[in-house]
Amino acid sequence: MEIVTKSTRNVLQPRLLSLRVNGVPRILEVSPWVSLLDGLRDHLDLTGTKKGCDHGQCGACTVICDGKRILSCLTLAVMKNGSEITTIEGISNGDELHPLQKAFIEHDAFQCGYCTPGQICSAIGMIDEKKAQTRAEVKDSMSGNLCRCGANSNIIDAIMEVKERRNHA
Amino acid sequence: MHNFNYAQAQNIGEAIEFAKGNESAKFIAGGTNLIDLLKYNITTANMLVDINHVPEHHLIEEKSDGGVRLGAFVTNADTAYHPLIESRYPLLSKAILAGASAQIRNMATNGGNLLQRTRCYYFYDPATPCNKREPGTGCSAIGGYNRIMAVLGTSENCIAVFPSDMCVALAALQAVVNITGPEGDRSMPFADFHRLPGDTPHLDNNLKTDEIIVSIDLPEKGFDKNYSYLKLRDRSSYAFALVSVATGLELENNLIKEARIALGGLAHKPWRVEKAEDFLKDKEPTMSNFASAAEMILFGATGFEHNSFKIELAKRAIVRNCMMALNPESQQPGAQPSL
Repeated sequence: MEIVTKSTRNVLQPRLLSLRVNGVPRILEVSPWVSLLDGLRDHLDLTGTKKGCDHGQCGACTVICDGKRILSCLTLAVMKNGSEITTIEGISNGDELHPLQKAFIEHDAFQCGYCTPGQICSAIGMIDEKKAQTRAEVKDSMSGNLCRCGANSNIIDAIMEVKERRNHA
Repeated sequence: MHNFNYAQAQNIGEAIEFAKGNESAKFIAGGTNLIDLLKYNITTANMLVDINHVPEHHLIEEKSDGGVRLGAFVTNADTAYHPLIESRYPLLSKAILAGASAQIRNMATNGGNLLQRTRCYYFYDPATPCNKREPGTGCSAIGGYNRIMAVLGTSENCIAVFPSDMCVALAALQAVVNITGPEGDRSMPFADFHRLPGDTPHLDNNLKTDEIIVSIDLPEKGFDKNYSYLKLRDRSSYAFALVSVATGLELENNLIKEARIALGGLAHKPWRVEKAEDFLKDKEPTMSNFASAAEMILFGATGFEHNSFKIELAKRAIVRNCMMALNPESQQPGAQPSL
């Protein structure tokens, strides 16, 4: 294997990264071509974040990075060194579910559940953005998260309930 | 993904230095298109130079000439929602928000948006010939399934379309692209940035491989009173355009003082015909005048087996979008069909 040794930053070897994941400092050793998604799932055993298409089309891998919802499959772990990441494992308060988790259960907003972690992380990011207000706008803003079971209308119901409660709080 | 080196540049000079003399190095910012292309082995790189940590070009700021400068590393979301852009260049804001998904807009940068590659299915399928992916192998789209392909500016080598929404608005606004590289700085009018396929369809634009886009300048005139972006597609969100239209109008005493009309989804670059814009000058903003302009814009359009519908669709979209520009409030996000 050809290794460019212009400087220590220029080698193919795995890099040591530090991420703050769900409030906990984590160190991981990854090769440059490992996606943030694979870093979370395979290196930190945080398998709540799902790999759907792995090409940025389905939203199942959505996590919150430095306060913004992003697709963890379309970024490299090395690019996020020093970042603060929140995954589905980090949103409840101990055994107390996050309001969106409760609302998803109440509204029957999933069937197989594979898209749910991405849907919920995306909805958290969307509510924090404070841009989408009407149901039509929320649907548009959540269009990057696909549900192949067809629970979409219940998903939007659950999100609208939490968003409106948040607006009145 | 195949293996590659990775280096984080702390400034632009260092980024250029890291990539110097290495034809296979790529700069990475948002990565939303590049990482996907690397996963499919459509793009290869032996080295990624991460330019996200360069301290400059992360701002949107007013310029002394009355225009606004968009830093190349500002995300598409931060650009679309920036108060200066929402108030002075709402056409740009609307176009950005018509593209991709919220997550991707949170990652994708302004510079990267210009450099995204076509979503032609054959370009993405290494089992088929594609002159853009592998020059000299042929074009599978011309005799294949070509519903999403171009009808303007095509060549016998390539009929792919450039997929950006943001760039359609930048074309209408007559933006300027600022570039830096080993040989210094240069600026390029937006119309000259992207290329037609000709016999070099592997080249999407005129940026050299060792150059970096550092900012995009918007001229003072933002058409903030009369503007509209119409995107027609197969589902009303998170899909690429079949046809899109960006219109900016300047009106005075119910006459058109200046018109800008740019089209997306129809060619290898955002499509503008200045002759049609000149025709509208000093005319009333009526459907029939817009229809005449639409005929001029689509002049010479040639359909293929599955995409001839785009020609009539584009003409009607131009008329409708110009009429909507007279009353920008008529555009509602999420409204049907696909506004």
